This record gives sequence, structure tokens and C-alpha cells, in this order.
Amino acid sequence: MTDSSLADRVHRGMEVAKGIALLGEKAIVTAFTKPMSLKDLAQQIELIGQKSVAIAVLTAIFSSMVMTVQFASQLSRFGAKEYVGTIVSLSLVRELGPVLTALMVGGRVGAGIAAELGSMAVTEQIDAIRSMGADPVRKLVVPRVVAAVIIMPLLTGMSNVLGVLGAMMVAFVTTGVNMTLFITSATTAVDLSDLAGGLMKTLFFGFFISVIACYRGIHTHGGTEGVGRATTETVVLTSVVTLISDFVLTSILLQFGL
Amino acid sequence: MSTPLIQFVGVQKAFGPKVIYDDLSLDIFKGETIVILGGSGSGKSVLLKILIGLLEPDAGEVRIDGKNVAHGSEDDFLPIRKRISMLFQGGALFDSISVAENVAYPLREHSALSDDAIDARVREALARVGLAGSEHLSPSDLSGGMKKRAALARAIVAEPEVLLYDEPTTGLDPANTRRISELILQIQRDLKVTSIVVTHDMPCAFLVGDRIAMLHDRRVRLAAPVDAFKHTQDPVIKDFIYAMEPQK
Repeated sequence: MTDSSLADRVHRGMEVAKGIALLGEKAIVTAFTKPMSLKDLAQQIELIGQKSVAIAVLTAIFSSMVMTVQFASQLSRFGAKEYVGTIVSLSLVRELGPVLTALMVGGRVGAGIAAELGSMAVTEQIDAIRSMGADPVRKLVVPRVVAAVIIMPLLTGMSNVLGVLGAMMVAFVTTGVNMTLFITSATTAVDLSDLAGGLMKTLFFGFFISVIACYRGIHTHGGTEGVGRATTETVVLTSVVTLISDFVLTSILLQFGL
Repeated sequence: MSTPLIQFVGVQKAFGPKVIYDDLSLDIFKGETIVILGGSGSGKSVLLKILIGLLEPDAGEVRIDGKNVAHGSEDDFLPIRKRISMLFQGGALFDSISVAENVAYPLREHSALSDDAIDARVREALARVGLAGSEHLSPSDLSGGMKKRAALARAIVAEPEVLLYDEPTTGLDPANTRRISELILQIQRDLKVTSIVVTHDMPCAFLVGDRIAMLHDRRVRLAAPVDAFKHTQDPVIKDFIYAMEPQK
């Protein structure tokens, strides 16, 4: 790669980051200053939330079950298998639940938003909204962002509960860990700050995922090929941003005891 | 003629290295139908998008009622967009809502009309374009010609002063092409609007236009009444007209 092409790519990357930041800022300002259609919000909550329940729950249950099998096997060697509940529940609530839900739901939701808005952009529907004196941010972006911010903590909370229950079943079946003991150790280990810290991160994940997807969708060009490119780039970008922001947010929240 | 309603004065526009206009000037008068002709990539649609602020010119002025609006904000364009409606090339109907909701969209955004009044206006607009009874259909249920007519109903429902048509007949069969051209003419007669029609379609241009402007080489080559345009000796324009519509 030549210096100039590297410089061009860095420049384009900075432009995209700036555009996403400005869209995020405008979405927040618009959400608090202009009325939003509750019908649009309800529709987005259904699309983003209800239709993501299965993937979020499956991801949480199976990842916690795998963790349980691994930890139970290793801890049994030291006679400490009763700590499986503690380790699995803490990992799930603080990290794996929020991040895996964000990655899976983010991929599904981000791709869906980018494809839908991208199709609207290449068929001039977004221009049509503007030409009729309406604001695409208010009509298209705000309902998606608000829905994602509402839904992500709810999905994560549900995933946490079902993940712990799945882990409890596996621990009982594979290593004979008493279910009451498992639940007791899990609920003793996880306190409110662990739960709050994990769920708080998902508010940011929902915001980042939806704003990135909306930005990439609205700025799609190049026909159907452009829509495909926007969708793929959204999945990659939302995944990377989720992982990076997880590190940053975890570091910040730990400073506040969360 | 009177003072122009719309004026493009020395407009310049480029997309990266591709220069679309380097000095475009054009006057458009109230009540007339002007057809914009030009080859692919000559910036016909760009002209319409600059007029309603979907694109910003790099330099020059766009005057509406004598006031330069070229570099206005989205809020500045709000009153202009209430006066000017645009029919997009593919219709640009919203897939997720019904034909009636599409047509009602401008009224719901900007008017304080009751639901019943909006429904009545929607039915009237759809009847005017020959789509009575299609209120509950989805845009995906419509053929290409019906989509254009539904989009035209959406463009006229708020009774704009100026109508912009971006390639209204592109992609249609000859019967639908003729039908849309006659509809443009009918709407012009009934609503007395100022119309700007971007097209490649010479029969449509000659049928609906009072004047024709030809874009060539990054500016307006000629803007003249239809008869004068037809009989011009300019070789570039003759070439364009007869390449599109061979002489019999």
C-alpha cells in the first residue's frame, strides 16, 4: 500500500467517524426536541426487539453451557466444582451477556437497518422525504436509535437469566452440581453493581450499533451493489466498535465501582 | 414574459473531478412548462435537486422570486419545499406504507387538516391520475406506470406552485409513456402550475413543453420555445433531436 492510498484511507475513515458522530449528536438532539411517531417507535421495537429474542437467547444459553462444561471439567480436578455457578454467572452478567448479545443482535439489527435505509437511499426515498420538507433523522434515525437503546438492555437481561439457568442445568447433568447450590453461589456472587455495569454498557452498544447502521444506510450509493457493501461494512464496523467500546466502557465503569 | 419565478445564475457544480456545470444560467417563468434535455450525465436531474436544496451548487445563485436560496440550510428550504414538489425518476414511493399513506405524506407533514379531509384529498389526487380505488394497495403491488402515477398524485396532493418531473416516462412502455405525457399536460391545464420536466423522450418533450432548454458542455446550449427549438440550425441540437427521433 502506498503512502498516499494509506493517507486517503485514513482520511476517509476520519470523515466516516466524524459523520457518525454528527449523526449521533443530531439524533440525540432531535429525540429530545422534536416529537417522534410512537407508531414508528413501536414498529422498530418489534423489528429490533421481538425478532431478536431467539438469537439473543440461543447465544446466551449455549455460550454459558459451553463455559460451564469447560469450567466444571477444570474445577473438578481441584475439587472446586461448586464454584462453577459463581464463575459462570459473573462472566455472563459482567461481560459475555452484554457483548455477545451486542455482537449477535448488532449483526442482525445493524445489517437490517443498513440494508433497509440503503435501499431507500438508492431508490431516492430519502431524497423524497427531504423534498417533502420532512427530516430523515426524525423520521428514520431517531425511532431506530431509541428502539435499539431500549431493547438492548432488555434482551441482555433476558439472556443473562436464561444463560444462568442453562448453565445450571448443564452443571447438574454433566458434573452433578446441586442446582440449589449453583443458584445460591450465582446470586451471592453477582451483586447489583455487576448487573448495572453490564446493562449500562448495552445502552451504549445499542446507540453505537444503530447510529453506525443508520449512517451507513443513509449514505449508501451505487445501486444494489452499494446496498450489499453498506450491509457488510456495517456488520464489520458495529462488531469492531462493540469490542473496542466494551474495553473503554469497562475501564470507565470500573472507576465508578460498576 | 414577466419576471422569472426561478433563475439559475452562473451555477457551477462538480462531483470530485467531474464537472457538471461550469457556468449554467437559465430563467424559468411562472406558469410555463419547460423541458430540460441533455445527454446522460449532463446534469439534468442535478438541476432539479439543486433547486429544492437536495444538492448544493459550488458557486452561482439559484433565485426563487428573486431571492438567492443556493446555500440555504434544511430549515431555509422548508418553505420552498412546500411550494415545489418533485416526481422522482423511479417514483420513490415508500415501500413500507400503502399508496394512500404515501400520497397523504406531504399533507400529514405540513397541514393541519383532519384525517377525513386528508382522505378526501388523497382520493381526489389518486382519481386525477387514474388510480381511484388503489388506496389500500402497497407500492409493490403497482406496475411501473402505476407507480409513476401514484408518485405524481403524491406530488400534486399539497397543491404546489411548481412541479418537477425527473424522467417521468423512463422505463415505461409506449402506451404508458403517452399516458404520463398526457397526464402532465392535463395537470398543467387544471392546476396552472409551473413545471420543469427532465426527459430524454422527444415526443413527451414536444407534447408537454412550452419551452425546451438543452444542456450541453456544462451549460445551457439553447433555451427556446418548442417550435424555435425544433427548427434550430444548431448542429448539436439537431443531432440530439434526430438521434432520439429519426426524421421521417
